[in-house]
Amino acid sequence: MKETDWRFRVAHREAWIGLGLALFNFIWWFAFAYGLGNRPVEEYTYIFGLPDWFFYSCIVGFLVMAVLVTVVVKFFFVDVPFDEEQEENR
Amino acid sequence: MNYSVLIPMIVFLIIIFFIGYWSSKKLAGSSNFISDYFLGGRELGGFVLAMTMVATYGSASSFLGGPGTAYTIGFGWVLLAMTQVVTGYFVLMILGKKYAIMARRYNAVTMIDFLKARYNSTAVVLLSALSIIIFLFSAMAAQWIGGARLIESLTGLSYQSALFLFAVSVLVYVTIGGFRAVALTDAVQGAVMLVGTLVLLIAVIISGGGISNIMQDLINENPNLVTPYGAEGNLSAAYVSSFWILVGVGVVGLPQIAVRAMSYKNARSMHRALIIGTIVTGFIMLNMHLIGVFARPILPGIDVGDKVIPLIALETLPSWVAGIVLAAPMAAIMSTVDSLLLLVSSSIVKDVYLNYVKPDASLKTIKRMSFGVTGILGVIVFLLALDPPDLLIFLNLFAFGGLEAAFIWPIVLGLYWKWGNKYGAIASMATGIFSYIALHFYNIENGNLFGVHTVTLPVILSLLAFIVFSLLINRQAYDYNAILYRNEKQA
Repeated sequence: MKETDWRFRVAHREAWIGLGLALFNFIWWFAFAYGLGNRPVEEYTYIFGLPDWFFYSCIVGFLVMAVLVTVVVKFFFVDVPFDEEQEENR
Repeated sequence: MNYSVLIPMIVFLIIIFFIGYWSSKKLAGSSNFISDYFLGGRELGGFVLAMTMVATYGSASSFLGGPGTAYTIGFGWVLLAMTQVVTGYFVLMILGKKYAIMARRYNAVTMIDFLKARYNSTAVVLLSALSIIIFLFSAMAAQWIGGARLIESLTGLSYQSALFLFAVSVLVYVTIGGFRAVALTDAVQGAVMLVGTLVLLIAVIISGGGISNIMQDLINENPNLVTPYGAEGNLSAAYVSSFWILVGVGVVGLPQIAVRAMSYKNARSMHRALIIGTIVTGFIMLNMHLIGVFARPILPGIDVGDKVIPLIALETLPSWVAGIVLAAPMAAIMSTVDSLLLLVSSSIVKDVYLNYVKPDASLKTIKRMSFGVTGILGVIVFLLALDPPDLLIFLNLFAFGGLEAAFIWPIVLGLYWKWGNKYGAIASMATGIFSYIALHFYNIENGNLFGVHTVTLPVILSLLAFIVFSLLINRQAYDYNAILYRNEKQA
């Protein structure tokens, strides 16, 4: 019997990374939105004209995710062949 | 009629037609019609893949309904919309390489092909095909209404004529071009959305006298508009967070998205699509919903949410620029509709007809069926959309939620959990769909159960059903390599 396909190990690891990123994304988004956003409106400060909770949660949060995804894909994702023939010749 | 708005839009539509025609030429010389028509022959590159996913997903709800709601509710709804950034990377990472490899092993062209091969069960196939046909029908109708409304508010045509115009435009190129036409036009449409929303956002900020000024106007009108809790203060953290399931991670279960995750050429395309997709999704969602909020002080008193974007574009931009910018929501709607149409028709032709009615149908019959079914479906949706219900966004979300509850676990756990079997899959789909429908009506009567969106509970219940039934009935570990030995024997 063949052992587990090596490409599956790569695939499984990358799926876990995806789950991790989503979890991090959620915590960042939630913590800033509701951590800063539940103060009275008079206490909000404004960054580039936007309310601070929104700026950190949605704008910075989005930029952080874009950078993280880029870094993760460039450095941790492995190029694998999808077709079976290519696998034999590896 | 406003010709300087219309002409850029018509030019845009002509370009789209041209792509459809060009793809159909390519289709004519194809040796594998089914795989080419419904999947584009698995050769999408990174950019087209990212754009087709964004464009399919960024539908009328995000381009008309979403900004319209942001206009009414304020920053709380922009916060909610930003939960969609996760779709840019999550779907491709979760389904990812395993899905790509298995889809090739199974020779799967649709999501149902994948389920059929994984669970080896007629009931799973028919149940899936049925839910795709029913739920995506409501989604499609919602999109058509959005498209027709947009044309209506631009041209002053009657709703019926606008709908007719829209239907003809969509049908022509989906029917002749298939998936490749759809994916390519999606890429063009995605680019139009990206640029269009940016131009409109800048114009809105300028005409509102800068962001600080707009913010002051909002606070003067109602301070709640700049909080995360909505204009009425009733948007709870739990409710907004539950949209992480509906429009975020749950999107993995949407068949129109999942089919794209098997259409790319190689791992490099996928890697590039991950990065582009995340950036483009976030950028478009942010721009579009900010436009909705910022439009409020500039054009107060718009009562139909879907009209906010068209009206604000006409207000703040020179009319020919408005025409180009308004091609963006048009593009979003068309690209969603075309992929839904193709998907429903693939469920009928490929998953039901070819599997169970006539497996030995000739290529000519299949071709005629594919074109014919796609066309007939279009006509039926057109008739349904003639007398449309009002709340576009909720009709659309109804379909999304139902499909997610049905498919997310059979796909994801089918891929990664070897103990998953057909009993688990059937139980999971049935539980998902029925609990979703029941809860939908319960929530309308009594307010949201536990204060979260309808989709939350059915997704949890269908997970439990999947696990319990897989382990209880006929427990057996699935061998992901078994299909290889079978293929080798045949060869």
